[in-house]
Amino acid sequence: MIRIEDVTKRYPTGQAALKNLSLTVEKGEMVFVTGHSGAGKSTLLRLIALIERPTSGQVIVDGQNTRRVSRRKIPAYRRQIGMVFQDHRLLYDRPVFDNVALPLVIAGIAQREAARRVRAALDQVSLLHKEKQLPETLSSGEQQRVGIARAIVSRPKLLIADEPTGNLDPDLSLEVMRIFRRFNEVGVTVLIASHDIALIDQLGCRRIPLVDGSLQTDEDDDVVAEYVEQLESERARSEWP
Amino acid sequence: MNRAADALAPARRSGILSTWFALHLGTAVSALGRVARQPFASLMTILVIAVTLALPAALHLVIKNAQAISGNWANALDFSVYLKKEVSEKDARQLASIIDQRADVEQVTFISADEALAEFRERSGFGAALDQLTSNPLPHTLVVRPGASSTAQSMILLNEELSNLPETEFVQTDTDWVRRFHAILDILERATFIGAALLGVAILVIIGNTIRLDIQNRREEIEVTKLIGASNAFVRRPFLYTGLWYGLGGGLMALALVGYGLYALEQPVARLSGLYNSAFSVLSLDLRESLLIVGAGVLLGLVGSWIAATRHMRRIEPR
Repeated sequence: MIRIEDVTKRYPTGQAALKNLSLTVEKGEMVFVTGHSGAGKSTLLRLIALIERPTSGQVIVDGQNTRRVSRRKIPAYRRQIGMVFQDHRLLYDRPVFDNVALPLVIAGIAQREAARRVRAALDQVSLLHKEKQLPETLSSGEQQRVGIARAIVSRPKLLIADEPTGNLDPDLSLEVMRIFRRFNEVGVTVLIASHDIALIDQLGCRRIPLVDGSLQTDEDDDVVAEYVEQLESERARSEWP
Repeated sequence: MNRAADALAPARRSGILSTWFALHLGTAVSALGRVARQPFASLMTILVIAVTLALPAALHLVIKNAQAISGNWANALDFSVYLKKEVSEKDARQLASIIDQRADVEQVTFISADEALAEFRERSGFGAALDQLTSNPLPHTLVVRPGASSTAQSMILLNEELSNLPETEFVQTDTDWVRRFHAILDILERATFIGAALLGVAILVIIGNTIRLDIQNRREEIEVTKLIGASNAFVRRPFLYTGLWYGLGGGLMALALVGYGLYALEQPVARLSGLYNSAFSVLSLDLRESLLIVGAGVLLGLVGSWIAATRHMRRIEPR
């Protein structure tokens, strides 16, 4: 589904966010990209969503080389991918229903069909009863579920999520991850960037660990182990009564 | 298999069309809602557009009315027929009654040489100088008023025939200054046109600026919609409708402003034309002119917002 071939992404400042990265995500897989902040997780997702283009190398998504997607074709390309963001990125001036319907409105789906699909999507994230509310009146976890409903309403084959549980407490995080898991079980390829290693271990999915813009090698293990230890002690501290 | 696809095609096409229509209607209504939700700011923008449109419209009306009034003058223009010195008063009076019979003449006024001198003495202030004269230097004069139905053509003909009378010294018409006045009005009209074009540019700037602010305020929304696959056309559409509503509002309000101005002028003009024994009433904008003003507002609104939206939207790319 996703093939990253020898991709380097260098920013104008000269700093390389990704260095000669190669990886593959198969159709129907659910994969986590892990690593501490600055490791290049977000950059990888941004390359897949064509928010940015690689400095060198190929990004191939569902058989399409993103290099060959012209500026004008980017909107159509993005419509094939469901995207979930850490800060939800909902439109706060309109109710939940309209937020979820937006991708279908953009795609020009007829109103009746769109309404049916929006309700189905909201039902899958258990928010059907809140379709008329404004996002502001919802909790953070509920807002994230609205974001997920919006990402899956147009039935994409690929779902990508950047730190979808970054702002949520552990219980809500697990719930959100379970929602992703359910979509994965019906055939959607899911790629999630997250640093919540304990949570990922619970789900038992494949991990793509990134360190400084490259795949983690054995030498990096010490660094990562240290990082994991630090994270877990933080978690333990926060869970203290 | 092909036949089945063909059978489906029209239904699908009408579905696409109605979806397209619903999308546009929805966008138009929500843009109108946005305009209405900031009544004060929107009203200011609409008012500026209205005044900018009303200015050339009002100037055009002034010129149009001036043309109408001076047109009346040209029709009612009198010929002064100066007779030869040797024509006696009796012959002159007879000639006056003959001319009066003509179909294209409404009225002939006879002014004898003595009357003319008396009037001249009174008006010119040359009384003392005139007393030195031994004889009256002025001829008898016939003031010929052409009929109401006379055209420029028939006036020329009448002028010619009056000039060719054996008793006539010469015929004076006062059409020259009317012609000059019309030339001035023509220049003014052209100046109005140029002014209107400049004010049109001003409206583009006003609407462009309003849309630019609107885009800045909705930056986050534009980014999100682009992230989930909206094309530039989709993002631009609500702003085009906003511009359209501003333009339409401005055009309609310009008509209202001009209408109110005419209403305010109606009484004084009626009094003035009453003093001149004229049945003149102020001409207002006709349907074509009104549509032109509203159409100009709408077009400028669309073009202004299109330019602004296209320019500023490009810079907003998702982060």
